Amino acid sequence: MSFGVVMICHTALDRVAQVARFWAAGGVPVAIHLDAAVPDAAFDTLRRSLADVDAVGFTRRYRCAWGTWSLVAAAQAGAEMILSRAPHVGHVYLTSGACLPLRPVADLADYLAACPDTDFIESATTADTEWTIGGLDIERFTLRFPFGWKTQRRLFDAYVDLQRRLGFRRRIPPGLTPHLGSQWWCLSRKTLSAILTDPDRARYDRYFRRVWIPDESYFQTLARRHSDRIESRSLTLARFDALGKPYVFYDDHQKVLRRSGFFVARKIWPGAEGLYRGFLSPDLERSRAEPDPMPLERLFRAATERRLRGRPGLYMQSRLPRRDREQGKTAAPYSVFQGFGELFEDFGGWLAQQIPGDVHGHLFAPGRAEFAGGQRGFRGGLSDSARLRDYDPRAFLTSLIWNSRGTRQCFLFGPRDAQEINWFIATDPQAQISVISGAWVVPLFRAGGDFAAIRQEATRLHRIETRHLEILRSVHTQARLRIWTLADFLDDPATPLQAIIDEISPRRQQPLTTLPRMVDLTGFGGFLQKLRNQGLQPRLIGNFPVGHEAMLRGPVQPAARNT
Amino acid sequence: MNLKTLYRLRMMRRRHQLRGLLHRHELKPVSDRTAGIDPSDILVFTTLRNERIRLPWFLNYYRDMGVGHFLMIDNGSDDGSADYLHDQPDVSLWSTRASYRAANFGVSWINHLLRRHGTGHWVLVVDPDELFVYPYCDVRPLRALTDWLDGQGLPSFSAMLLDLYPKGPIGAVPYQEGQDPLEIACWFDSGNYMMRRNAKLHDLWIQGGPRSRAFFSDDPASAPALNKIPLVRWQRGYVYVSSTHALLPRRLNHVYEERGGEMASGCLLHTKFLPVLTQKVAEEMRRREHYAGSAEYAAYRQGLAGGLDLWTEQSERYLNWRQLDTLGLISRGNWL
Repeated sequence: MSFGVVMICHTALDRVAQVARFWAAGGVPVAIHLDAAVPDAAFDTLRRSLADVDAVGFTRRYRCAWGTWSLVAAAQAGAEMILSRAPHVGHVYLTSGACLPLRPVADLADYLAACPDTDFIESATTADTEWTIGGLDIERFTLRFPFGWKTQRRLFDAYVDLQRRLGFRRRIPPGLTPHLGSQWWCLSRKTLSAILTDPDRARYDRYFRRVWIPDESYFQTLARRHSDRIESRSLTLARFDALGKPYVFYDDHQKVLRRSGFFVARKIWPGAEGLYRGFLSPDLERSRAEPDPMPLERLFRAATERRLRGRPGLYMQSRLPRRDREQGKTAAPYSVFQGFGELFEDFGGWLAQQIPGDVHGHLFAPGRAEFAGGQRGFRGGLSDSARLRDYDPRAFLTSLIWNSRGTRQCFLFGPRDAQEINWFIATDPQAQISVISGAWVVPLFRAGGDFAAIRQEATRLHRIETRHLEILRSVHTQARLRIWTLADFLDDPATPLQAIIDEISPRRQQPLTTLPRMVDLTGFGGFLQKLRNQGLQPRLIGNFPVGHEAMLRGPVQPAARNT
Repeated sequence: MNLKTLYRLRMMRRRHQLRGLLHRHELKPVSDRTAGIDPSDILVFTTLRNERIRLPWFLNYYRDMGVGHFLMIDNGSDDGSADYLHDQPDVSLWSTRASYRAANFGVSWINHLLRRHGTGHWVLVVDPDELFVYPYCDVRPLRALTDWLDGQGLPSFSAMLLDLYPKGPIGAVPYQEGQDPLEIACWFDSGNYMMRRNAKLHDLWIQGGPRSRAFFSDDPASAPALNKIPLVRWQRGYVYVSSTHALLPRRLNHVYEERGGEMASGCLLHTKFLPVLTQKVAEEMRRREHYAGSAEYAAYRQGLAGGLDLWTEQSERYLNWRQLDTLGLISRGNWL
């Protein structure tokens, strides 16, 4: 027992000749179907180039168009030719001109000889198929499709829609259960003969002529009617990408193709000289390996993922998501501290000791971006120029996070900083925002000076922070948010700090042993009262009684950790 | 899209086609070898002025990639560029002494040549200091990419400008003819780019990189555009609108995904910052033929006079396309 090969071809005819010669050299009869659209001169060249090979025959030529009956007619013609001309053949393998055998002929012959009655054809009911293009599954069999999907898409869609609305349905011939699957099958002589000599064939053919993409369903459905042993998988490695286009293989896929164990792969780029030379070599090593799609599946999945989802947090020349379509606004979690820099001396220095990562100053400060360590530039070539940053603050922040993947980014923020980025950060689930509202008043208190000016500045900062808090408290906020008033925070600073640090590095197991040093707040209560007396209602600061600061003078104790 | 916009865009396209026609007389054929172009050839189109020293590397770089023919416009070189190109068997050369600026910075000339000779071909429009890299370019020829784009039904391919610069003052290490420019200028900025979508033509407007931070940090809006769409399956009626930044019809500018995924893209390695820049700057300041009143060149002159060094601690050394892919500057998209 042996097998025969049908090749459906329309282009790269020198490669077709090369592959046909390979099959023939292994004693495999080949039937080539060449698209009628190919000029006769090219056909003659191909025929002449294979004139010395007896095992190769040419079928009647149909003009083939994607998704039409012509491809089934071509496959029928090829199969009939093999079955009639080569009576010793036990299986017929359907391939395309872009298919490349990956293993020695003898490997495949042995494999098929071991299961003489088995039909290798991917064949699933429409209910079980997810990969159908255009969202049509069972409707492929019940609607009519007089318009080309590729050439007359609007008419195609409109007509499908019309039929749906009118409730139009074609009757599926009795005895058939629609099945779908890859076009590239390998059927036993018994099944194939039964399909081709079925007394009802004319009726079935007439029906399938009007089915959409019948090359994915004709044999798949009829094999179910005639076969006793269907292995619902293809021996050909052929997959479609996220957009329904076949994946193409190149020279650099040689290793992974070899490891796959498949007998044939599709599509091969015609220029892949290395693949053709390597896999068509007569001294290819034999093996008994089973086809294993896994290593390639990983590649396919990664490519699909990249095309449909992309790398979260990356904005680049070929990935610029519209707002709310980002699938990840930034690449990694980061922390924003508002008010901490004002309340503690060298909060950044303390934080850098508690967590691994970069701790910046006020990245959005009006003068310059205060990068960690006082650097003038940061990863990726980010500049500390405030103008450059404010020209596109979103690009600045997303680049900073993207460039620092793997290193936690923390920075200070406050009402003195550029505020344009607020909505972006608030709606970013990667952001951890901790706010001590009203803490901006502390530097005013400490700087002292003309009270009228302080009063004016306090009003300005109060208004800015109020607007920011409105954003943070809106229903759109996705960030992890913690807000305390200054008064509440001062009541118990250790617990909130512990919670923030725990969230940043959850694997850190010990409680905080040191806390940042708070600035001297002697006289702060009186200062606030004076602001109130001047008519400012510092709601953001909270309820801070006069004389309260006496409690704060002692060192702050780390919180007892709740376990 | 409403009819008014549609009409305005069509008129804009017509205007650019017409400009191509009007300026075509300025181009004098020096060596017209276009009869030898095979219908399947990938073509390179280039406008140049005094680039003699770069040409040997430039031509060989693209020959190795699989380019079939070069169609070049010499805008009044006096350094022997024209003679050199005249001797190359795969170069067709036109020359003109007309104003670069009046020809929309060369775009009108290129549009005319593209219409005459580019139709039906994959064309690559690049300057002599631009080296095209794309995913897998180390193992797959350019034809693999264009065949794949054909298979995907994509008529154009994005390749943003990536400015490369040397470590140390520009001009410290001399460039020899035929030398790989990347041996000298091999550093780049990996992650400081800004981009937005142009509502009119739907192209991206990308800025950033070393030129933004070194020359335009006080006036970022004036920084040069880095978005480029240099590879197009040309059809009659297509036009470049401004440099190779944008095309009409504007569907050709849809080279980016807006729903979160990544489309495939490449880069033009921009090797402008070689020692030859010094002479160029002096000359261009005199001619004032460049974009935006040559403001860019004024900035360079100032920088060069001060021993400009674009290199910083954060600069990344160029290795290969995979590095650019990992950094997120280019993407393989769904190209396997």
